Amino acid sequence: MYTAIVFLPLLGAIVAGLFGRIIGDRAAQIVTCSLLCISALLSGIALLTVPFGEPFKVPLATWIVSGSFEVDWALRIDALTVVMLVVVTWVSALVHIYSIGYMSHDASIARFMSYLSLFTFAMLMLVTADNFLQLFFGWEGVGVASYLLIGFWYEKASANNAAMKAFIVNRVGDFALILGIAAIFLVFDSVDFDTVFAAAPAFAEHQIALFGVTWSTLDLICILLFIGAMGKSAQLGLHTWLPDAMEGPTPVSALIHAATMVTAGVFLIARVSPIIEYAPVALAVIVLIGATTAFFAATVALTQNDIKRVIAYSTCSQLGYMFFALGVGAYAAAIFHLFTHAFFKALLFLAAGSVIHGMSNEQDMRRMGGIWRHMKFTYAMMWIGSLALVGVPFFAGFYSKDLILEAAFAAGGVGFYAFALGIAAAVMTAFYSGRLLFMTFHGKPRASEEVMHHVHESPLVMTIPLGLLAVGAVFAGYLGLPMVADDHAFWGGSIYLAEMERNIIYLAHYVPTWVVIAPIVAGFVGLGLAYVIYIQRTELADRLAERFRPLYQFSLNKWYFDELYDALFVRPARQAGTFLWRRVDAGIIDDYGPNGVAATALEGTKRVVKLQTGYIYHYAFVMLIGVAALVSWFLFVARG
Amino acid sequence: MSDWPLLSLVIFLPLVGVLFILAIRNEDEEVVAQNAKAVALWTSSITFLLSLLIWFQFDPNQAGFQLVEKAPWLPGFDINYHVGVDGISLWFVLLSTLLTVVVILGSWHSVTTRVKEYMISFLVMETLMVGVFCALDVVLFYIFFEGILIPMFLIIGIWGGPNRIYAAFKFFLYTLVGSVLFLVAIIYMYLVAGTTDIPTLMRTEFTAEAQWWLFLALFASFAVKVPMWPFHTWLPDAHVEAPTAGSVLLAGVLLKLGGYGFLRFSLPMLPIASAEFAPFIYALSVIAVVYTSLVALMQDDMKKLIAYSSVAHMGIVTIGVFTFNEQGIQGGILQMLSHGIVSGALFLCVGVIYDRIHSREIRRYGGLAERMPIYATVFMLFMLASVGLPGTSGFVGEVLVIVGVFQVNAWVAALAATGMILGACYMLWLYRRVVFGPLVREDLLSIKDMRRHEAVAFAPLIILVIVMGVYPNFFLEPMAASVDALLLQLEPVTTLAAD
Repeated sequence: MYTAIVFLPLLGAIVAGLFGRIIGDRAAQIVTCSLLCISALLSGIALLTVPFGEPFKVPLATWIVSGSFEVDWALRIDALTVVMLVVVTWVSALVHIYSIGYMSHDASIARFMSYLSLFTFAMLMLVTADNFLQLFFGWEGVGVASYLLIGFWYEKASANNAAMKAFIVNRVGDFALILGIAAIFLVFDSVDFDTVFAAAPAFAEHQIALFGVTWSTLDLICILLFIGAMGKSAQLGLHTWLPDAMEGPTPVSALIHAATMVTAGVFLIARVSPIIEYAPVALAVIVLIGATTAFFAATVALTQNDIKRVIAYSTCSQLGYMFFALGVGAYAAAIFHLFTHAFFKALLFLAAGSVIHGMSNEQDMRRMGGIWRHMKFTYAMMWIGSLALVGVPFFAGFYSKDLILEAAFAAGGVGFYAFALGIAAAVMTAFYSGRLLFMTFHGKPRASEEVMHHVHESPLVMTIPLGLLAVGAVFAGYLGLPMVADDHAFWGGSIYLAEMERNIIYLAHYVPTWVVIAPIVAGFVGLGLAYVIYIQRTELADRLAERFRPLYQFSLNKWYFDELYDALFVRPARQAGTFLWRRVDAGIIDDYGPNGVAATALEGTKRVVKLQTGYIYHYAFVMLIGVAALVSWFLFVARG
Repeated sequence: MSDWPLLSLVIFLPLVGVLFILAIRNEDEEVVAQNAKAVALWTSSITFLLSLLIWFQFDPNQAGFQLVEKAPWLPGFDINYHVGVDGISLWFVLLSTLLTVVVILGSWHSVTTRVKEYMISFLVMETLMVGVFCALDVVLFYIFFEGILIPMFLIIGIWGGPNRIYAAFKFFLYTLVGSVLFLVAIIYMYLVAGTTDIPTLMRTEFTAEAQWWLFLALFASFAVKVPMWPFHTWLPDAHVEAPTAGSVLLAGVLLKLGGYGFLRFSLPMLPIASAEFAPFIYALSVIAVVYTSLVALMQDDMKKLIAYSSVAHMGIVTIGVFTFNEQGIQGGILQMLSHGIVSGALFLCVGVIYDRIHSREIRRYGGLAERMPIYATVFMLFMLASVGLPGTSGFVGEVLVIVGVFQVNAWVAALAATGMILGACYMLWLYRRVVFGPLVREDLLSIKDMRRHEAVAFAPLIILVIVMGVYPNFFLEPMAASVDALLLQLEPVTTLAAD
């Protein structure tokens, strides 16, 4: 059954990809969608059976054996995996179905469906990995699928650039991840999860000299793994690809850049909880980066005008929450938020897609407004998603986000930093969510009459997945509550705590009341502000932007990260490339090497050259002389 | 069956094909061309099938040389015609025979002038390539090793581009020094050991000082072939001028001679010097990875770009070979095999569009995905394999080398791994400019997707890239015993270094 969950999407991808032209678009849609639905159904069964039990493995084949470096293909099934299976297959199945409607006017439907299924397969390989290398397989696989899907409209230059950027920035993270895996093999002589996890406690105090510095072994390994996670999960510094990735079709944004792939980093850190529990420095780093990302991305989301980019920065910010939850040791809370976030964020993206679809591919909120009457269902869905994101009580996000903030507070130390930034980000989250809703749906229509004339609600094949996700956005909080029970029984050992006394989930129940209420207040404050600025006194927005011009510009330009990286890496790399090529290769090496020798040699051998038609026979000639010399030398020795 | 001189058959069968082609006489050029192609294809296919027999008969549990044939050649000097394969050379033999079939298929439509001579060159080349990997006598090895360059020169010189003379000359200058020094080394080894027999030489203990000089002499020859930085500048020129099929064999097989030479000569015969020179090799290799990747980024000629990427990939190979541990060496070998297939396939990919548009300039293209979906898919696969995507052959070699060298020196591992990032930059950018984007040029509007002959040529490479990525054990297992034996020989040095 587990093999089927993972490999059915691959089958779908192959059928749609290789035979799409033969069987036609409709058949490709039917095949991929139905295979994914089966996969989703089976995952649902797994969710009912696996948690609270012992983890187990489904061996498939050997992969690489080189000395003691032994790696197998195998599926690891435990509660953590199953939660991910459910998130991935459910959202993916809905996105597959939604795409039938969304992509109906596209020229390469089969190709699109194939990529979606391929992505799903890679993601499933990632979450079912039994060792670090197989995880890396899935890790890179989702990266490639993401690259293909972002650049799906390959005739668009911006889409191509975004796709390349996504792949390359991710590669920076992967670079650290692969070094982390190499370090794991060096220390543990294995890359198998079970072996490594079992040995980890013994290495708690272990130190290692690498790169000329002595490190705490586990801290070093975990920081390398975390850098990998930062790339995939768009954390501060390696986040620049995520907003650009919105160039891809919207269903892709919902599936890959909201619900699943970007959460792979969170999954990775939760997966290695048996190691990272013994790496206090790495945990602190994760808290700092996570909290800063949550704050940073929220500030940028405040001013963006592209509806998808607002949601993208929101995703980035929410991932920051998950990371600082991991960092304070509330792994269960992080996965819980991953679970709820998957539903409401996918809902937001698909609802945004419905808006874009209805408004003739318009994405700029400045050219929207006043359309709620025309698409009431989408409007309602957007509200549900937003309320869940803001963390309004009894919506899904409320349970998980509150718990994270409480856990951060309960952890103390760097946790306070995370708590403070988390609350600030919560206010901003509510504000930009409100801004998005009000700018898009309310006020006077700012689109052209032509567009307004065509505004329509999306077809059923798109709205039904929205409805189902909305159910998730409302109820995923209740459904997931067993995940964050104090005793961690749900996880069956797949999430590890070194000391039960430091069980943050438990301690989070004993924070002061104001800490519990603060996030809720933050949410209402943010929504209220947005209402005032974008509904009541619409001139305020421009005046504020004018008054705080530098801050506004800083936010609008995304803290100038792209410009910085361009100056620091992109241009120097190109200049270095040109310099090494023109000056060193063609200059120094060739001038002093072959060309120089040639010039000198030519002087002496002009006559020989004239005898030949070209140089190509020289070599043969010299070689023959060589062989002749060899033979004659032997003969000479034999005679003597 | 097992009594047959199987290796000799595989080595010399292509020459039989040459005789047949020489026998073709007809007034009509077209008929001659057709027949020459047919003979070449048949000969190389049968040779390939025969070489598969080698693999069938090969016993993976045995470390030593197998299917050995030995006949006196210059008996007075104890120089023999001595051939055999072990778990390392076996794969290179198969790679050579396979790629020969592939290039003959690949040039089916692209070669129009002097078809007869063209096919003869490739068949002669096959004999020499298989011979060099089977040779167990240094003199025999040397003759094959240097002899390969003659058909290669002819291929570049006759069917090459406008600047072919310069390219061939540059190559010639680089190799000249190496060949002479290699020859001196052979003579010296003969003087000391009294034999040119490779297995015997592997057991001969040269003094540390002698090893030092011998290593340098061999290095001069192998480093040019690999090519290692800074001896690489001949490669881009040679590739650019060579016809597609020449590039495929150059990248696919000839570049492997350097790495193979290190494995067959330097490491087992000169272990002390190899260990001493390892840091030096690392340094050159790491420079190669970073430097040539950056240079590759700025190329506007597709072939040059792939040529520079080859230097970077071969840098990973030399790092792996000099790690002196199982993962590194196996990774290095696998990386060589993978690179042989992947870069060969990439050159074929360039050839496909070169045949249609007659330009290698990246700017000349764009938007091919629109008209050539099959081509775009195939090119994508090999592009990703070159970038080292897990599940393709490129990954396994790379990751084994990184894991292997990390145990020796983390800095080298980190710098080698930057190739992962830079490789993605130049390959993705290449692909983006050629295949993606809008189709604007008018002459591209009518471009045709891949033909049957082209598709058939790619098919085995596609299968191999995936098999090697998903089930590399198929290749790793048979080579394990030989690599273990090599490591055993190196053990005194490596344990010494560890202390």
